[in-house]
Amino acid sequence: MHITIKYLGQIAEVTNTQEESLEFSGSLVSELLETLLSKYDSLKTKDFQIAQNQELVSFETKLTGAEIALLPPFAGG
Amino acid sequence: MSRYNRHIILSEIGQEGQDKISDAKVLVIGAGGLGCPILQYLTAAGVGSLGIIDYDVVELTNLQRQVLFGKSSLGQNKAKAAKARLQDLNNEISIVAYPEKLNFTNAVDLFSQYHIIVDGSDNFETRYLVNDACIITNKPLVFGAIYKFEGQVSVFNSKNGPSYRCLFPNPPKKDSIPNCSEIGVLGVLPGIIGTMQANEVLKIILELGNTLSGKLLCYNALTSQISTLKVNRNEAVFQSVLKDKDSFHKTKIEFNCKAEVKDVSIETFLSEKNIQFIDVREKHEHPIIGDLEVLHIPLSQLENNLDKIDVTKKKAVFCQSGIRSKQAVSILHALNINDCFSITEGASEINDKLKDYQKISTK
Repeated sequence: MHITIKYLGQIAEVTNTQEESLEFSGSLVSELLETLLSKYDSLKTKDFQIAQNQELVSFETKLTGAEIALLPPFAGG
Repeated sequence: MSRYNRHIILSEIGQEGQDKISDAKVLVIGAGGLGCPILQYLTAAGVGSLGIIDYDVVELTNLQRQVLFGKSSLGQNKAKAAKARLQDLNNEISIVAYPEKLNFTNAVDLFSQYHIIVDGSDNFETRYLVNDACIITNKPLVFGAIYKFEGQVSVFNSKNGPSYRCLFPNPPKKDSIPNCSEIGVLGVLPGIIGTMQANEVLKIILELGNTLSGKLLCYNALTSQISTLKVNRNEAVFQSVLKDKDSFHKTKIEFNCKAEVKDVSIETFLSEKNIQFIDVREKHEHPIIGDLEVLHIPLSQLENNLDKIDVTKKKAVFCQSGIRSKQAVSILHALNINDCFSITEGASEINDKLKDYQKISTK
C-alpha cells in the first residue's frame, strides 16, 4: 500500500521532514507506527495522536488510509 | 448610525443577531498572544460581557505579538492593561479583569458566570483544567494553541461534541514540549489563530454556519496549508471527569517530571573532574561561556545529538535562565540517560561565578 505520512509540529523536527511517502504491507496503524519508531528513534519521546484520512483514530485501527498524520499537542498561546 | 451597522446590515445577523452578541457573556483565559486578538475582536463586535483572567504582567518581549499592549503597559497586569485598552475601543460593554491565576478552586465558580469559555492559555496544566471545568459546568470551549509556525483551533464540549481529552486524553508526561518563551513564535501566528477563535465564538453566539465542533483545524503559516481533522466524542472521557466533579475544587495540579529535576549550582561542579557541561541555548545566544569546555546542543536538537553525550561523565546542563536546562534534563531522564543535572544559574551568572572561582584559585 502506498502511504503518505505527514508530520506536524515538533514531530517534523524529529523526522526532519514534514511529509514522506512509503510502501507498506502491514494491516494495522500500530504496525506502521512501529516501523516509524524504528526509523526515527526519538519519536518514542514524543506525544502524538494519529489521523488516518483526516480522522483521528486509535492505534489499533485497521490501516486503510492513503494519508496518515502524526499530530502532537500544542500548548503555546 | 449604530456602531454595529456593518453587522446589522448583514441579513444573516441583523439587529436580532446583534442583540444576541450584546447578551453574550464570554470568558477569555489568558490575555497573551491568542487572548489579545480574541479580546480585540469580541470587544469590537459588542460582546456584552467579557471576562479576562491573567495573573501575568506585560513584558517587552510580549509586544512582538500581544497587540493590545504598548510601552506604557510594561510591568502592568495583563488582564487590567487589556481591560483599559478595550474599554477605550468600546465603552458600551462590560469588561471584568481577574488579575489572578486560574486554578481548581476558582475555575468552576468563574465559568458558571459565563456562556462561552475561550482558551488562550500557554501551558498544558491550564488547558486540561479549562477543559475539565468546561465539562463540569457544561460550557462550550473555544480552543486555540500554537507552536512556532503552526496552530490548532477547535470547539469542544459543544452540543454533544468531543472534548479536548477525546483528542489528547492526558497531558504529555514527557515534558518535552517547550512554550513560546522558550522556543519562539512567529508574531502574526497567534493573531491568525486567535482571530479564528473569535470567529468560532461569534458563530456559536449567532448560531450561524458550522463551528469546528468535532473537528480540529490545523494551520501551517509557512505552507499556508489548512487541514481539518475529524475528532470523535469519547463518552468515557466525560464520565471520568464528571465522576470526580464534587472533589474537583480540591484537586492539586500534578507535578510532572519537571519538579523532580535536580537544580544544582555551578559552584558544585567547578572543583569536580569528569563533568560534561552542556549548553542547550540556540547558537546565536549570548553571552558565550569563556573559560569552560562546553558541548553545545540547542534544546530543539537534543534528541538528534544523543551520540555526543558522554555516558561515562556527569552531565551539567545550562541555558539562559535555568528553564530550558530543566527541560533538557527531563528529556535525558526520559531517555534513560542518568547522572544529568540542571545548573541553577543562567549563562551570565555562570560567567560571573567562573571569574570569582579563578580569582580564588590563582591566589
